[in-house]
Amino acid sequence: MIATSHDPASAGHSLSNGAGWWKYASPHAAYFAIGRLLPWLLASGIGVLGLGLGIGFLVAPADHQQGEVYRILFVHVPTAWVAMVVYVAMAFWAGVGLVMNTRLSFMLMQALAPTGTLSAFLCLWTGALWGKPTWGTWWVWDARLTSVLILLFLYVGFVALQSAIDDSQRADRAGALLALVGVVNVPVIYFSVKWWNTLHQGASISLGSAPTLAPDMLLGLLASALGLWLLAIAAVLARLRCVVLERERHTGWAARVAEGAA
Amino acid sequence: MSWRGASEFVAMGGYGIYVWGSLGMVVVGLVGEWVVLTWRLRAALRRVKSFHAGDESSLGEVE
Repeated sequence: MIATSHDPASAGHSLSNGAGWWKYASPHAAYFAIGRLLPWLLASGIGVLGLGLGIGFLVAPADHQQGEVYRILFVHVPTAWVAMVVYVAMAFWAGVGLVMNTRLSFMLMQALAPTGTLSAFLCLWTGALWGKPTWGTWWVWDARLTSVLILLFLYVGFVALQSAIDDSQRADRAGALLALVGVVNVPVIYFSVKWWNTLHQGASISLGSAPTLAPDMLLGLLASALGLWLLAIAAVLARLRCVVLERERHTGWAARVAEGAA
Repeated sequence: MSWRGASEFVAMGGYGIYVWGSLGMVVVGLVGEWVVLTWRLRAALRRVKSFHAGDESSLGEVE
């Protein structure tokens, strides 16, 4: 029988000696901090995404070359950005976890993967629906499209690998290795339209050069991207809460949380 | 406002299927993600409870 419930020694012992932001490195403290933050993140994400899509679909003019179909841009480009940056974040926390051996880093790595998978899928889906009317095909094996497909496979492989290994410590290390090796694909995606002669158009916005978009288009795109970012961060943190509870279910604080949630 | 009416907006210059198919899938994906997250949190809370209630069925499970 279990006699671990309400054991004060296992409940957030790192809280008392933690100062400032470091205290959130404790999964226990992170659980409660995220709980307070989540409603605000979710509400602002929905609001900003709605504003961005409103500008993009209602205010921004039609494109002089593509007409109305270009409006797919307002969801396609933000999902692409999220898919790429979430992977870099996953690899970063994988590296931190391997070097520092901190529990929360691996939990974050695990929490990032499904949101990245969804974003990569949405990027490919919206891209296919944009490709058909403008290129005449849903799909081509061109460098940009293929490297994003590889990104999706890396995410799916990561999730499958983590769930296939029962021992969570071994699953973390194997997943972290895959995440780190796969990160070389991200610069390949970004520079693919420069390195190879691709069907995919070049960057609409890049650092150090004036944007090629009309002001309303740019505003709609940036607001949509910011909104999707806020929602992605909210989803990752909400999932981190689940992972923390799943892994710390033996602790006294988790038992008290579950009692309170009844 | 760049539209003269609702039907013109829905038609998207003849590309309605592609534009709304894109936006629709993004909305479905985002809503679906939060539905799954809500289920997962509830399941996690249930497992914590059954663990502390001494339910044998939750003992063998390792992450």
